[in-house]
Amino acid sequence: MSSFEPLIAVFSCHYCSYAAADLAGSSRIQYPPNIRIIKVPCTGRVSANHILKALERGADGVYVAGCLEGTCHFISGNYKAQKRVQYVKALLSEINIEPERVEMHFMSAAQGSKFAAVAAEMTDVIKELGPSPLNHSRY
Amino acid sequence: METELRIGVFVCHCGINIAGVLNIEDLCRYADTLPNVAMVQANVFTCAQKGTSEIEKVVKEQGLNRVVVAACTPRTHEPIFRACCQEAGINPYFFEMVNIREHCSWVHRHNKVYAQAKARDLIRMAVARASFLEPIGTFSSRVEPKAMVIGAGVAGMTCALAIADQGFEVILLEKEVRMGGLLRHLHKIAPCDVTASKLIGEKVAAAEKDDRVKCFTSARVEEVTGCIGNYVVKFSSGQESYTDKVGVIVVATGGVPLEPVDLFNYDGKRVITQSQLEARLKKGDIEAKSVVMIQCVGARIPERNYCSRICCMVAIKNSLHMKKAVKDAKVFVLFRDIQAYGVENEALFLKAREEGVRFIRYRLDNPPVVEDGRVRIYHPGMGKEVSLPADLVVLSTPIVASSDSEDLSKVLKVPVDENKFFLEAHPKLSPLDFATSGIYLCGNARFPATVREATYQALGAASRASIILSHDTIERVGTVAAVEAELCSGCFVCVKVCPYKVPRMNENGKAEIEPMQCQGCGICVAECPAEAIRFRYASDEQITAACNALHAPQEIRSEN
Repeated sequence: MSSFEPLIAVFSCHYCSYAAADLAGSSRIQYPPNIRIIKVPCTGRVSANHILKALERGADGVYVAGCLEGTCHFISGNYKAQKRVQYVKALLSEINIEPERVEMHFMSAAQGSKFAAVAAEMTDVIKELGPSPLNHSRY
Repeated sequence: METELRIGVFVCHCGINIAGVLNIEDLCRYADTLPNVAMVQANVFTCAQKGTSEIEKVVKEQGLNRVVVAACTPRTHEPIFRACCQEAGINPYFFEMVNIREHCSWVHRHNKVYAQAKARDLIRMAVARASFLEPIGTFSSRVEPKAMVIGAGVAGMTCALAIADQGFEVILLEKEVRMGGLLRHLHKIAPCDVTASKLIGEKVAAAEKDDRVKCFTSARVEEVTGCIGNYVVKFSSGQESYTDKVGVIVVATGGVPLEPVDLFNYDGKRVITQSQLEARLKKGDIEAKSVVMIQCVGARIPERNYCSRICCMVAIKNSLHMKKAVKDAKVFVLFRDIQAYGVENEALFLKAREEGVRFIRYRLDNPPVVEDGRVRIYHPGMGKEVSLPADLVVLSTPIVASSDSEDLSKVLKVPVDENKFFLEAHPKLSPLDFATSGIYLCGNARFPATVREATYQALGAASRASIILSHDTIERVGTVAAVEAELCSGCFVCVKVCPYKVPRMNENGKAEIEPMQCQGCGICVAECPAEAIRFRYASDEQITAACNALHAPQEIRSEN
């Protein structure tokens, strides 16, 4: 199991978390290479379907990374995303998939170190959970 | 039927920034195997003139209709490549960027094998997404030839006056009862010894005299809506409320010196701050024979980890003024490091030493101790503790962000950094712009600055703002949502969720979105239960394509 390297999809908004990822880069903060960013204009654009699609197509974990509470460039997109993440978590529980595979995170454009820390934390969490039961490519 | 997809993939070395970690040749070979990819090319610097003209040439020669560039961040470089696509005769939105620098080579330097695999994945996801890109046109809107400058300190007033000089109207807001900001309280400005009140007094007079500058004091920004060229601002001044339209906004809200709490027996009488010392020097109300200044008070510590940068010069300047004001005054400056950059500052530092100001270094783990009338400090040169006479102790505290900067950042929807200073779009590429177009910043609002720096930032921000104001119209890209009437069931969800209240129901019971007002967040698109809202900039097809490509197709196929 120790060799398990999870694949984690991240929905990042253009204004905050994508910028935070850029800052982590320009600050050369090293973090685990398990995440794959899908850029969206606002996390409010991410529907429950998108999160489920990522899981269906083999992501072992998915998280949505939006602006800090109260600072969404589009006012409330991050809260909308948070609600959808909660909804997907409930769905996963119902079909006996660990809801911890899906998470919502908030960060500002200035928090490069937080972006890296969240990436590391999610990687640890998913490593602990093991491969997603939906991830057929791993069997 | 659409013409056949021909995707061109351009992989950038970025010198050694990418190529130092990733194997570019392997990425090119890999990209070549992906569906719809017609050609792949590597460049040393794709964003340089040579790289972009190469893209234009190849697109034309090979008849490419989608372009994918694997390089750095789209947040800075996407506009360059979109323009390049346009030059080559394809829609600028037939372009997709993969960030294999900030998101890969720079952050996985010690894990080259995984970094390589990740870069392949990212390129595959981008190519998959590129297949579903849609053309997006532009439309133009009128620019309101008026600016709003928030903060009437030296930066705000310089900026407002410069914009007015270009012939535009400016709304200048000051939260205090009087304009002038920090300079109202200061004595002399280093290095040329200008009297602060004179400098700022002239600016206040000029702003009040200029018909194009409308000054409001005791002012507060209540609400800002709209976008570049057409911001609708609501603000108050005293008891009055105002609503106006402006094309651009400049944030020049400044900062404040930290008020020491429980530091070095601070009491505001015999232990004071540099700004209190300046007030006393200004009044000529000073007779201390022996002054000890302590630097980095509340700065460069774990909870406030930045250097305020200007306090060393303030201490050096004030130590010289002390020497002048009180005959035979003894001045000691206890410092951790001295920041006296540039020609004049260094000269002033040397002058202070020549005139007998003593500089003694202390370490954070062994700070000076302030006692009644004396300061004890370990003297590294003497190798022992010394006790200095101190009629007056002056603490050099850092400039901190104003207490309301966070509130304003929420109203304007622009970011602040961890110390609550406003954060620019990019430190080098757009140091005076916010990521939100049409909003600019200058002065202490970003970071502690000298008057000189605040002034040239203000002039810079004024020119950035004037670029927008000098056009009658601004081109806006149609990255907006649109309702497909035949699919709309009239459920009102979009009307309810839009943070800007743009969608409305028409007489046929179908939702309508006015493109001019749509901000392009995509919230309604994700919420619409009938999937009746199209969003060409980030369509379901594009996002799903990226999800589908998370794993290489053969991996999935082997299972099926």
